[in-house]
Amino acid sequence: MIEALISGLLLGGFYAILAAGLSMMFGVMKIINLAHGDLAILGAYGVIALTTRTEMSPWLSLCIVLPVMALLGVLLQRWLFARTLRAGILLPLLVTFGLGAVLQNGLYGVFGSEAQSLSNSLGDLAWENWQLPGGIIVGKLPVITFAIAVLVLTGLQFMLSFTKLGRSIRAASSDAEAAALCGMDAHRVHQAAAAIAVVLAGLAGTLLAMQATVSPYGGPTLLIQAFEAVVIGGIGSLWGTLIGGIILGIAQSMGALWDPQGFQLAGHLLFFVVLGARLWRQHRHQIGRPSLSTLFKLRLKKVRRA
Amino acid sequence: MSDTLLETRGLRAAHGQLLAVRDMDFSIKRGEIVALIGANGAGKTTLLRCLSGVHPVADGQVLLHDRDVTALEAHQRVQRGLVMVPEGRRLFGDMSVRENLRVAGDHGRKGEWTLQKVLDALPALVSIIDRPAAALSGGQRQAAAIGRALMTNPDVLLLDEISLGLSPIAVDEVYRNLETLRQTGSTSMLLVEQDLSRAMAFADRILCLREGRIVLQGLANTLSREAVTQAYFGMETVPHLESKV
Repeated sequence: MIEALISGLLLGGFYAILAAGLSMMFGVMKIINLAHGDLAILGAYGVIALTTRTEMSPWLSLCIVLPVMALLGVLLQRWLFARTLRAGILLPLLVTFGLGAVLQNGLYGVFGSEAQSLSNSLGDLAWENWQLPGGIIVGKLPVITFAIAVLVLTGLQFMLSFTKLGRSIRAASSDAEAAALCGMDAHRVHQAAAAIAVVLAGLAGTLLAMQATVSPYGGPTLLIQAFEAVVIGGIGSLWGTLIGGIILGIAQSMGALWDPQGFQLAGHLLFFVVLGARLWRQHRHQIGRPSLSTLFKLRLKKVRRA
Repeated sequence: MSDTLLETRGLRAAHGQLLAVRDMDFSIKRGEIVALIGANGAGKTTLLRCLSGVHPVADGQVLLHDRDVTALEAHQRVQRGLVMVPEGRRLFGDMSVRENLRVAGDHGRKGEWTLQKVLDALPALVSIIDRPAAALSGGQRQAAAIGRALMTNPDVLLLDEISLGLSPIAVDEVYRNLETLRQTGSTSMLLVEQDLSRAMAFADRILCLREGRIVLQGLANTLSREAVTQAYFGMETVPHLESKV
């Protein structure tokens, strides 16, 4: 049980990195990037290809692939997303759906359908673990993944709070027209945000390939998990994304304890419960009724008075 | 060098099939303050949005420093000194006032207006500088929006509906701030104002719009209230309306 909790917590780090990219794309450009999971798989395959052909360390390959992913993000934003955005919200959905299909079939054409992994290239790290008191075993790689997630999110938070680019991203996501009236070239800011989002996708995909296997058609599953983490944690908050990822990871680990198939199912159920609760709360707010938390506080006050 | 900072030639703009600005010709000189008045739907906001580059021009030209800027995007016009404070202030609500000002400072032109100078000119901002913009009152928001525009070092400041939704005290405060700016003499202003009395008292020149056209223009101190009222409403002066302006 405790092992499952820890495992779920650590899994949350992976989901947080994956979801942060999706959240940034939506927050800044208002695009729901349906190809986000496929971009993660593309990044993973990039690192796998470089590692197996050059026999260099996967970490070094990652350092080479991530700038390429950033460039890909800039090009996608410049040549694809920016053009589709002018046509409303439906076209970006269709275009990113199409991009996902192109990536899936492209990867299938180049690498075949066989699932691939980076764990063989990692050496002992792939299975090394720490033994905690009480016979609890914690893998080193999941801990490293979680540490990377915290580092990445801290770095992003620092960038958003204290740098010119961060202020620009926040301003453009708040009101693009007002940002332009401040002299900001929103196109460039969007390109920077797209680069960050695609880098995060590539990083998440690679971290997944280090711990498990990836296949050309695995992108949509990753997209769903990223979407669930974003919805659970709340859009627009990096730390909310981490918390959402952790909650999703713990739910999945607990589900797997009950039944191996329960891993995915528990995550989906939790997502629906949170989504339903949010919609219900919004509905109550719209019809002018107090939220459940307000009702609870009022009831508590009554009880105390009594 | 010409004394004219901003000029339009045959400017037209539309909302779908509706022509909101028709064959607009006017100019603003260095240091001049021009008030744009007119009833709702006269085309004032559309004109300002066209000038700032956030609304497409259907025909005609916008010239800044005698150069055609019609094809430039909004951010490129800001770089050349043409800046708008939009209707509703449009501050970045999640960001503090300081961050709002810094965003404009990061991307605007470099010049005499620095954060310190803006705070000196708009002292009301000092006490709220680290508060989130979303938590400000209407008057404070307007001051912050003007400060943000100044951070881009504008030559021409376009102010849309500056007193809309503000209490009389807040409007007084906004006009005190604008008066401070007038004293600096470095920035020309084109302001949209619904309050005719305020507009005529503050501006050097009045432009009255009706159905997308300039129907009256002249120096504020030479125009009679009767003439302005007639142009504003497009009818003969009615005594009880005249008393309101």
